Amino acid sequence: MNAPPAIVASSLTRRFGKLVAVDDVDLAIPRAGIYGFLGPNGSGKSTTIRMLCGLLAPSSGTVEVLGHQMPRDAEQLRRQLGYMTQRFSLWDDLTVLENLEFMARIFGLGAAQRRQRIEELSAEYDLGSVLRQRAGTMSGGQRQRLALAAATLHRPELLLLDEPTSAVDPQSRRDFWESLFRLVQQGTTILVSTHYMDEAERCHRLAILDEGRLVAEGSPRVLMRDIAAAVVEVETDDVPAARGALAGDAQIRSIAQLGTRLHALLDRDTPDAAGHVSRHLAAAGVAAQVHVVPASLEDVFVASTGFRHGPADRSARH
Amino acid sequence: MLDRIGAVMVKEVRQLARDRLTFGMIVGIPLMQMLLFGYAINFDVRDLRAAVVDEADSSLSRAYVAALEASGVVEFAAPSAGLPDLQRRMSAGHISVGVYIPPDFERRALDRSRPAAQLLVDGSEPMVDSVARGLTAVPLPRRDGIYGSTVPVFEVRTEYNPERRTAVQIVPALIGVILNMTMVIFTAVAIVRERERGNLELLITTPVRSWELMTGKLLPYVAIGLVQVTLVLAVGSLLFDVPVNGSLADLYLAALLFIAATLTLGLLISTLARTQFQAFQLAFFTMLPSILLSGFMFPFDGMPRAAQWIAQVLPLTHFNDLARGIVLRGAPISDLGRPAAKLVAFLVVALAIATLRFRKRLD
Repeated sequence: MNAPPAIVASSLTRRFGKLVAVDDVDLAIPRAGIYGFLGPNGSGKSTTIRMLCGLLAPSSGTVEVLGHQMPRDAEQLRRQLGYMTQRFSLWDDLTVLENLEFMARIFGLGAAQRRQRIEELSAEYDLGSVLRQRAGTMSGGQRQRLALAAATLHRPELLLLDEPTSAVDPQSRRDFWESLFRLVQQGTTILVSTHYMDEAERCHRLAILDEGRLVAEGSPRVLMRDIAAAVVEVETDDVPAARGALAGDAQIRSIAQLGTRLHALLDRDTPDAAGHVSRHLAAAGVAAQVHVVPASLEDVFVASTGFRHGPADRSARH
Repeated sequence: MLDRIGAVMVKEVRQLARDRLTFGMIVGIPLMQMLLFGYAINFDVRDLRAAVVDEADSSLSRAYVAALEASGVVEFAAPSAGLPDLQRRMSAGHISVGVYIPPDFERRALDRSRPAAQLLVDGSEPMVDSVARGLTAVPLPRRDGIYGSTVPVFEVRTEYNPERRTAVQIVPALIGVILNMTMVIFTAVAIVRERERGNLELLITTPVRSWELMTGKLLPYVAIGLVQVTLVLAVGSLLFDVPVNGSLADLYLAALLFIAATLTLGLLISTLARTQFQAFQLAFFTMLPSILLSGFMFPFDGMPRAAQWIAQVLPLTHFNDLARGIVLRGAPISDLGRPAAKLVAFLVVALAIATLRFRKRLD
């Protein structure tokens, strides 16, 4: 990485009263890539993004975004920043065109530039046919495309997207990600928060957040390779019996069912993980095929959040 | 900068034009209030239900009762047989005023040391008492030589409103009440709504400065306020024949100052309220003391000291002074320096607090 990172945060912390929403997070987000924040609700994704764009002041720690100290120099960053909020936050009672015109004027685009950009973006995001429609009457996918168009009108260097796809169908999500990759091609740095594994997998780099802490960071491929667990898959006709046989073992940290298969995460240092599982199943008299498989991103997520978000944990607690 | 303010204004006007209910209220509130205060609420109390017990039954007493009725303040129902019946009818609510004329009325009329007759007044209703007391000034009918001596000491001349019509006193002050009502609520709600819907979160991350945002949002309401002033004056002149004795330019200048003050109050409320409902409640919370204490309905001088202090903080009090001065007394605004200065002081202080409280951040 020769260019300086787009975002550098060190010991970033934000408290709301007693609650520590973001806890001592260090970040170095490279330019011209898609960087993902993966985490469950309440893990501090939105709070971190809000600190990055100057909406919230950190309780302690520092953030530098595109070379600007936040929140002190927030105003200087505004023109280089595009922000898409979690909720649709353009105006329901204005038409698509009026919303775009308003945002373009706010970002200081001249009349000719404004017309040109709106034309380009309505072609790019397929908004041409709904320009005169009020935003409030549009579908989730259309609204999301409008929000992205509005956030990119001024060609920002950095795009912050807070759970942009939580209200849209799978096809719209795929189209949306295609658009993001086109923006990255043009040199935009994109930071996106999500709780979808498939979206997280598309990111160039990923930070996994849990209860305000950064618990894993790296490219999805490396994260899956270096997972702190052994992943064993069990194929059996009697899934409940197999599940019963494996529950309660100290080394089996998480079990998830995928159709007729069971997906078990074991401590990484378990010697011969597959053998360990096989022995348990044999002892319980359950016929099954057992093999070690490569980790998925979901496995990484479960392992790096201390197995607390895995299904096994839930069954153990109740 | 100007372009950003312009963009906010255009957006605000578009939204306003689409919000039929709010748009209707801009015209509806002034019209409704004008009709309500102009026709329904009337402080010129006339034709109070009354009854008389005339135990003297002389020509003098009959002439006196006729003189009372001729004043227009009372309208006599069937006479009562005696004092107990008079009291029963009052307690039943059939009459508000009772006139008791004793058998020795003529003798008492000559004897200045004793009252000649008795007036019974229902004290349970507002206004009746003070109006009925006015009856005591009705002189005994003049008769050659003998009795006709009771000439009232004072002759009252009501300046600026010789016919003593309520509308004349109410309409100028109503400008302030209507502006106070609409301006505070509209601005408070317009700003809180954007916070509630999440628009503000987006706006904060754009280059628009908070003062540009506020200016753009408030300017359309200044125009709306001036339209309302015009509407009230026009209706006042057409329906209630209320003259504008002073200069129109002065009146609009005073209105502009007051609009700025109420918009700032709305702005201040918007920095305190989290939801539109809270904004409504807060706006209402400032409305009631404004209407009651500003001298709009009840004379300012009659209030206890504490209420007068509170009234000093309310912009409506000072605008009422200005509006009545300009519209009725025909005073130039330069002669009304004190209320004008107080209004400016309110504006400056409220604006300073609102600016300090409104920061371009979420926390």
